[in-house]
Amino acid sequence: MIDQDEYTLIIKPKNSLLDINFKELWRYKDLLFLLVRRDFVSVYKQTILGPVWFFIQPLLTTATFTLVFSKMANISTDGIPAPLFYLIGVTFWSYFSTCLTATSGTFVNNASVFGKVYFPRLIMPLSIVISSLFKLSIQFIMLLIGWIYYMTTELSIVPNFTILLLPLYIISMAGLGLGFGIILSSVTTKYKDFSFLVGFGVQLLMYATPIIYPLSLIKNPNIITLVSLNPMTGLIEGIKYGLTGHGIYDLGLLTYSLVFTIVLLFVGVIIFNKVEKSFIDTV
Amino acid sequence: MSNIVIKAENISKQYRLGLVGTGTLSHDFKRWVYKMRGKEDPYLKVGEINDRTQKGNSDYVWALKDINFSIEQGEVLGIIGKNGAGKSTLLKILSRVTTPTTGSIGIKGRMASLLEVGTGFHPELTGRENVLLNGAIMGMSKLEIKRKFDEIVDFSGVERYIDTPVKRYSSGMYVRLAFAVAAYLDPEILVIDEVLAVGDAEFQKKCIGKMKDVSQEGRTVIFVSHNIDTVKSLCKRGVLLNNGSILKDDNINDVIDLYIKNQTRTQESFYEFKVESTENLDCYPLSFKIENKNNELVSEIPAYEKFTIKINVFLKKDIDHFVCAIGLCTNLNLPLRTLWSVPKDLKKGKHEICFYMNNVFLETGSYIINLGISTYERTLFSKENFNTLTISDISSDDRPENVLRIKGAGIILNTEHIEIK
Repeated sequence: MIDQDEYTLIIKPKNSLLDINFKELWRYKDLLFLLVRRDFVSVYKQTILGPVWFFIQPLLTTATFTLVFSKMANISTDGIPAPLFYLIGVTFWSYFSTCLTATSGTFVNNASVFGKVYFPRLIMPLSIVISSLFKLSIQFIMLLIGWIYYMTTELSIVPNFTILLLPLYIISMAGLGLGFGIILSSVTTKYKDFSFLVGFGVQLLMYATPIIYPLSLIKNPNIITLVSLNPMTGLIEGIKYGLTGHGIYDLGLLTYSLVFTIVLLFVGVIIFNKVEKSFIDTV
Repeated sequence: MSNIVIKAENISKQYRLGLVGTGTLSHDFKRWVYKMRGKEDPYLKVGEINDRTQKGNSDYVWALKDINFSIEQGEVLGIIGKNGAGKSTLLKILSRVTTPTTGSIGIKGRMASLLEVGTGFHPELTGRENVLLNGAIMGMSKLEIKRKFDEIVDFSGVERYIDTPVKRYSSGMYVRLAFAVAAYLDPEILVIDEVLAVGDAEFQKKCIGKMKDVSQEGRTVIFVSHNIDTVKSLCKRGVLLNNGSILKDDNINDVIDLYIKNQTRTQESFYEFKVESTENLDCYPLSFKIENKNNELVSEIPAYEKFTIKINVFLKKDIDHFVCAIGLCTNLNLPLRTLWSVPKDLKKGKHEICFYMNNVFLETGSYIINLGISTYERTLFSKENFNTLTISDISSDDRPENVLRIKGAGIILNTEHIEIK
């Protein structure tokens, strides 16, 4: 048998479930940064407006939502001015949905690179989450401008100290997007059916999250339970509450979201780690 | 401590044929049930040998089966074999792109693999940005790449375009830049697939030179290629793969010899031509024979022994100025000798042409034989690579005293008068 101590690397058919090489992941940190840079730089190359597109997307979505859901359908926005209400929802939801959708294609989209060279595969989805974070921070600047504007004009907008939890909310959303994404990308390598699910699944999930309606609007307790089962619900409501003072700040809901994130990430990384070893044979 | 840097034990790789997806779920389920009951994977038993030309009964094939080898530090190993012999699968396992189905490999030291140049090059990014990214994908740190950046650009020779997106590059420039990055990786073990397929002759030469340098610095190199020429000039040891198993693991020259022998259809002393359609031919060969000095059919000729190549032809009508030629090529397919018969007017019917090899002798090895028949410079029939001639290293009694070696001597023309005064 091959002596474990004598060699620096042993290639074996299958490793144990929890054999995740964090040291190796750290060694490839430069690659992570360069990939983040690549994602960021390459997206808007050869466009006239360039990074301005980062603003156009949420602005137009917010305008449409305001028009359709607030003006036409008269859905309550919980005392928050409709544009601000939708802008908050759209900005953070798009971060989550980008993380999820982009990471869910990790294996299939990178098959040509993964098939030729080895590096810790987890680097790819991580780079997506981080580069989306840059996009989020740019969009957040725009949100801040709108927020400050409404804070000075509307007396009802009163932020509070729970806003300090914002980084935690964002990390949790990133974790959820990454977790769902890598699980989906793992199962898609063998069963392509799931790639069809991702696109409209995320869209449907948005309606199960208080983005276009406030949680307080729902009166039926069964539906409240159902919507609360969505780990994004507590986070979005928490952000709204912190920024505006309107919304539901519920420790139970938030704890549920955090625990959900941790469990999901744990399961996701295990599955991803198992699949990455030989996915190239089935993709 | 031994000097072994790579040790592979019982490496096997099983693939499933057909469409993945049809019946996958049921097989997965069966695997899981067996696993839960503590039994071996039921599908590991059913694999067949991987011969793509033959129809098999099983959906599972072994792309590699029980591969064992070890490589010492500083060795340059060439892996050759036909398409589908398992070369790429072995490389993929070595470079950790996929895992073996059974067996394990131990690796000592940092390993980099170059299965394709330009892996991860992003078309929208500039040459500069791609060098950084590509280097990082190959496992270099940012600092390391920055330190070698100038050398890399210099080696690639695309300095002028370094700040242009690589999508504007010509394919040659692309490969040049990509190879340059790879050339400046500093791994202890380097695994290279056929990456030299593109690029002009000058650059290919540069690459081979670089690879030679790498191997002379005491680094271990595993090289896979169809280009026998390159393999021969780079490697000392060779491994010949055939249908997923190692056919020969030996000195590179012996391995190439066997590979060439296997590639030619027959390697017999008597060969019958199977001309598909004789309708449009005025003349076609019937058989081919190699006879030793005692007129016996033989498959190998001892070095320095006279032999005769006999070709039987059939003429459908009278042919004037009939010429039959045979060509001998080295196993690298370099033309070595061509022999023409004296032009002669022939009547229709069967004729035998005998080439007596009495004066010029060849060193040991395999030679490819080509055949051509013509009249007044017009080709009537030609066939390349239809048989091989093997000169074995059993020396003949006829060997004169002034021939010291029969290996690595080239064509032996000792009829020259040589004298020491």
